[in-house]
Amino acid sequence: MNLNRPAIRAIMLKDLRQVTQNKMVWMPMVILPLILLVIMPLAMVLLPTYFPTSDADMQEVITMLDRAPEFMRAPLADMTPLQAYVYVAGNYMFAPMFLIVPLMVASVISADSFAGEKERKTLEALLYTPVTDMELFLGKVLAALVPALVIDLLSFVLYAVVVNAAGYRAMGRLFFPAPTWWPMVFWLAPALIAAALGATVLVSSKSKSFMQTQQISGVVVLPVVALMLGQVTGLLFLSPGLVLLIGLVVWVVGLGLVWIGARTFQRGELIARI
Amino acid sequence: MDEVIVTQGLTRRFGDKVAVDALDLRVTRGEVFGFLGPNGAGKTTTVRLLNGLLTPSAGHARVFGYDVARDATEVRRRTGVLTESPSLYENLSAYDNLAFFGTLYGVPEERLPERCRQLLDEFGLAERGDDQVGGYSKGMRQRLAIARTLLHDPQLIFFDEPTAALDPTAARMVRDLISRLAVREGRTVFLCTHNLTEAQELCSRVGVIAQGSLRAIGAPSDLARRLWQGLWVEFDLRGAPSDAVIAALDGLPVVHQHSLEQGRLLAELEAEEHIPEVVAAIVAARGRIYSVAPRQHSLEEIYFEIEAQNGAQTGGVA
Repeated sequence: MNLNRPAIRAIMLKDLRQVTQNKMVWMPMVILPLILLVIMPLAMVLLPTYFPTSDADMQEVITMLDRAPEFMRAPLADMTPLQAYVYVAGNYMFAPMFLIVPLMVASVISADSFAGEKERKTLEALLYTPVTDMELFLGKVLAALVPALVIDLLSFVLYAVVVNAAGYRAMGRLFFPAPTWWPMVFWLAPALIAAALGATVLVSSKSKSFMQTQQISGVVVLPVVALMLGQVTGLLFLSPGLVLLIGLVVWVVGLGLVWIGARTFQRGELIARI
Repeated sequence: MDEVIVTQGLTRRFGDKVAVDALDLRVTRGEVFGFLGPNGAGKTTTVRLLNGLLTPSAGHARVFGYDVARDATEVRRRTGVLTESPSLYENLSAYDNLAFFGTLYGVPEERLPERCRQLLDEFGLAERGDDQVGGYSKGMRQRLAIARTLLHDPQLIFFDEPTAALDPTAARMVRDLISRLAVREGRTVFLCTHNLTEAQELCSRVGVIAQGSLRAIGAPSDLARRLWQGLWVEFDLRGAPSDAVIAALDGLPVVHQHSLEQGRLLAELEAEEHIPEVVAAIVAARGRIYSVAPRQHSLEEIYFEIEAQNGAQTGGVA
């Protein structure tokens, strides 16, 4: 297929500029990572380090971990209760929360890109240009995909620095990331981004506003919430193998949604809904 | 190729509703074609069909020889469309708006900055070209939107209600611009409007559409000839005509009727070519003629006569 790359790039860059100039859109993308990946981990790791709780309380946490699978328990063997707590909090507690960040970035940008264009009444002029439906779709998908992937990596680096720095006093060494994080950052997070994109494209084809699209497509966060609950209640522990498996399922669903979204993204349909 | 737009039986349905019904149109190179009709008549749907945004439910259309359903991208490369709302990115500057659309229209990268600056200059926006469009007045936005339609130098331009939301000064400016594009630059203009004064001023031919159907098409003078049998001519005799002049007019079979209106003699003639014969008869009856002026029907009169006739045919008010 012969694609007009300068046009795709122009659409992507224009949408990114729209996002950076809209406080309503970029503010949540700054605040949420700050809360989830900086403030909360700092509090969870630093508080027990600087305001020690009784050994009995710590022991309670360790007892809870007895139910955890071997891959989680093995690295804790020679650790003090505080070290074991810091290791588990840093490596496992916030893992599902980390996934929310790229997911939200993909969802917010794509909602602004697809539904926001309709809401601002700028879509019609775009549809009269000679770019094909596929080029328009790709430009808009890339506008959400590229920053979501970049934020996925940057969040990982930021979180690694925060957690290692906060836990260094207790651990005396770098202890993050555990092996689970590699498939999570490079396999599961991109799959969730694809799913968020696909869902938003589908929703935005029917809805008329950015807010409406974002609210409806927000359901893609539910699987991540389920992971979080699973881990907190001890029903589910994210081993590298499990993350790979969940990632595979999400990839299939995500690519399916993107494929359906691409097929429904047609001028005739879009113009009829302006 | 002289025919820029050709449609045959072009039809578009949305469910049970027929938005455009068996439209047959021919628009030739360099003309300003007015597409007249009330809101919801099918004008915008026709523009969307002609640019390949919508596919026809039946019939077909060709623009510059390209089938709009099959070669929509090729059609859009050659057309410019001014949509009813300006469709501009408010938080981008005027320059960035033009540069963005220029890239999509395939203006070569090395020529793009010069082309954008040239258009901003031409449309009186150069000084504020780097300001965000959100701070522009309606007139400035409309000028920028028109500049955008010209970025890739299209030879066919669609204007959809170009002056609908503008104040009289801005509307005047837009009309002058359309006139310049067609008359001086030889581009074909397809003007959708329900502003009949505007259409009268700009259009060489008009089509009247109502409820998706084309009710009439042609030059305003041709339409008037089809709608009204005779031609009213005004003779300035500087006063009431003498009995001899009245008798001379009564004796001419080509004069259907005559009357006096504000001191001028009005006569309904069979056709334009009879004017010399009537002038000769008045002069022979010792009448002194200071001026002779055939009365043209305004486009508004033509439009409402078409609507009235259509209403009579369909048993309702069009």
